[in-house]
Amino acid sequence: MKDAFGAPQSLLVLGGTSEIALATARRLIALRTRRVWLAGRPSPALDAAAAELRGRGADVHTVDFDALDSASHEATLGKVFAEGDIDVVLMAFGVLGDQARDEEEPMAAVRVAQTNYTGAVSAGLVCAGALQAQGHGSLVVLSSVAGERARRADFIYGSSKAGLDAFAQGLGDALQGTGVQVMVVRPGFVRTRATAGLPEQPLATGPEEVAAAIVTGLRRRSETVWVPGSLRVVMAALRHMPRPLFRRLPL
Amino acid sequence: MSVDTVSLTGWGRTAPTTAVRFRPRGDEEAAAVVRGRGPRGVIARGLGRSPGDAAQNAGGSVLDLSGLARIGGVDATAGVVRCDAGVSLERLLRVLLPLGWLPPVLPGTGRVTVGGAIASDLPGLDHRRAGSFTRHVSALELLTADGEVRTVLPGTTLFDATAGGLGLTGVVLGATLRLRRVTTGLMAVSTERAGDLDDLLARLTAGGDRLPYASAWVDLMARGRATGRGVLTRGEHATPDMRPAHAGRTRLSRRPGAAPGRSLLPGLPPLPGGLLGPAAALCNEVRYRGTPRARTGELRPVPAFFHASDALPDVRPLYGRGGLVRYRFTVGYGQEETLHRVVRRIAARRSPAVRAVLQRFGAADPGLLSFAAPGWSLELDLPAALPGLALFLDGVDEEVAAAGGRVCLAKDSRMRPETAAAMYPRLAEFRELRARLDPTGAFRSDLSRRLGL
Repeated sequence: MKDAFGAPQSLLVLGGTSEIALATARRLIALRTRRVWLAGRPSPALDAAAAELRGRGADVHTVDFDALDSASHEATLGKVFAEGDIDVVLMAFGVLGDQARDEEEPMAAVRVAQTNYTGAVSAGLVCAGALQAQGHGSLVVLSSVAGERARRADFIYGSSKAGLDAFAQGLGDALQGTGVQVMVVRPGFVRTRATAGLPEQPLATGPEEVAAAIVTGLRRRSETVWVPGSLRVVMAALRHMPRPLFRRLPL
Repeated sequence: MSVDTVSLTGWGRTAPTTAVRFRPRGDEEAAAVVRGRGPRGVIARGLGRSPGDAAQNAGGSVLDLSGLARIGGVDATAGVVRCDAGVSLERLLRVLLPLGWLPPVLPGTGRVTVGGAIASDLPGLDHRRAGSFTRHVSALELLTADGEVRTVLPGTTLFDATAGGLGLTGVVLGATLRLRRVTTGLMAVSTERAGDLDDLLARLTAGGDRLPYASAWVDLMARGRATGRGVLTRGEHATPDMRPAHAGRTRLSRRPGAAPGRSLLPGLPPLPGGLLGPAAALCNEVRYRGTPRARTGELRPVPAFFHASDALPDVRPLYGRGGLVRYRFTVGYGQEETLHRVVRRIAARRSPAVRAVLQRFGAADPGLLSFAAPGWSLELDLPAALPGLALFLDGVDEEVAAAGGRVCLAKDSRMRPETAAAMYPRLAEFRELRARLDPTGAFRSDLSRRLGL
């Protein structure tokens, strides 16, 4: 159960090797979290992440989860929920893709869309159903500012996040009054392994800042979290900018 | 029986969860709910005044007993009443006072049901003399996991587990209470100001039991030499010869005017977060300075003495959207240094603490999870949205536990399960009894899940 400050006792991470997710897990373990499930494709990185969190005093399990295999989500995640209540589900899986290559290879672009959007739809619905049955819990969805308005530079990734974002918002509305909170997190450019080598954008943050914002959002029971917070204003302006002008911006 | 799905919180408005709420109209309907419970179990709920998550059951059933509120069979000669669990202490007081009797234990609010008072084994303002609520229960009817109603008598293990058992041994449907005789409806009250915490503790101790009811308000925002200053209020039941002539008509009855159960003032608007600190400091300053240095023999009606806060408007909006956290702990006599440290720590944080009640407790009761134990008890309310409050209170927990003290489970909304187990050594016994009586876990609450009770 969550305590009065929204700190969970159990956490399920979908995308168990995500740096943002692991930074969040560390913070939550420092508060109350004792049971952690890391879901992801079996890999040494996943095991290493589990071992690291165990070292911080949590009871960590890993579970095989493939975002692209939507058909398996119900069975895989159902098993996790059968073991006990999950206070927070953190959906942190996703791929950035390579815009230039993806434009050349439609199947590579589809893979981005399937991971970021289709996989999230099935996993999100399974988790939402389980959370609703237990009458409490939070579903934290890692979206992106890229989904707020498609840019020339990464519209394939951006469009998949736009779909995810709209899905999560609608899911949050659907779950209103059921005791389940859906929190959409929209970070800007985050310095992680995935973005290493990419040109850094203004208002860039690190995984720690995103994790801090997630923990604060859980405490405040927020519906939307921007990281950094100033992006809320910046994106509000960009969203309404006329396209001919937007196209010319050096973004 | 009405049934609806609702989002529930405790009085502190933190950690909402959703449950199916049943409002039975009789014992039989309540038993039907317990028999037909789902996999996530059921918990009883009264007036929802518990600040934490003791009367919530996420995804399960909540049995709202506030409708089962008959007062049956007042024996005005022997001073015994048999009443349903949903009767509030406020109403009991209203009914009994004209007959010359009082509910056995009166806490700081009358909006507590008899069932709730038993499930949290409430201590009153005269704990040193009277003990906690269940000490005055001569029998209770308990609806257990098998759907049967049992009469549970003091001295049995089941009684001790139910007293302060947070509703986890079953649903209390009714109880027989031994009452207290009074000759007037008035209290003779003395008020005095104490300049710091030492002074306050000394004054609380010095009075002894001559005036049985005693509690103090502590100014947790005062710092420096004034740290822990406060106002001590003590009272005793006025005897007929203490009554002034004009009070003749108020004998054993309420003054007309104040409608019971409802505040005369409108609700408060939410306060912008930044103003809370200065406003609280100002409020405390006014309260302290506004109290006479010492005043004795002031006569007040019984409800006004015990339940003064019930007449105030709902203060919760002032604590903001995040709700409020009530922290109540006790440390034994001889551990005054811990009390000092905690008060200093809170004062140093400059938290907007307006409500803070200091009491003395006497001998403990046999309840396995009963809170009151000989020593000092401090209870305070803080806005849950204060930055860093979670870790701060964890630190206070550790200090309290190290001093052999404990935090009140019925008010808790944030403790670590390990800490709770360390503070309540008889928890293992309680768990064992629950496992035996209720192997499928019929009675569960958010609190029991959170702390693994």
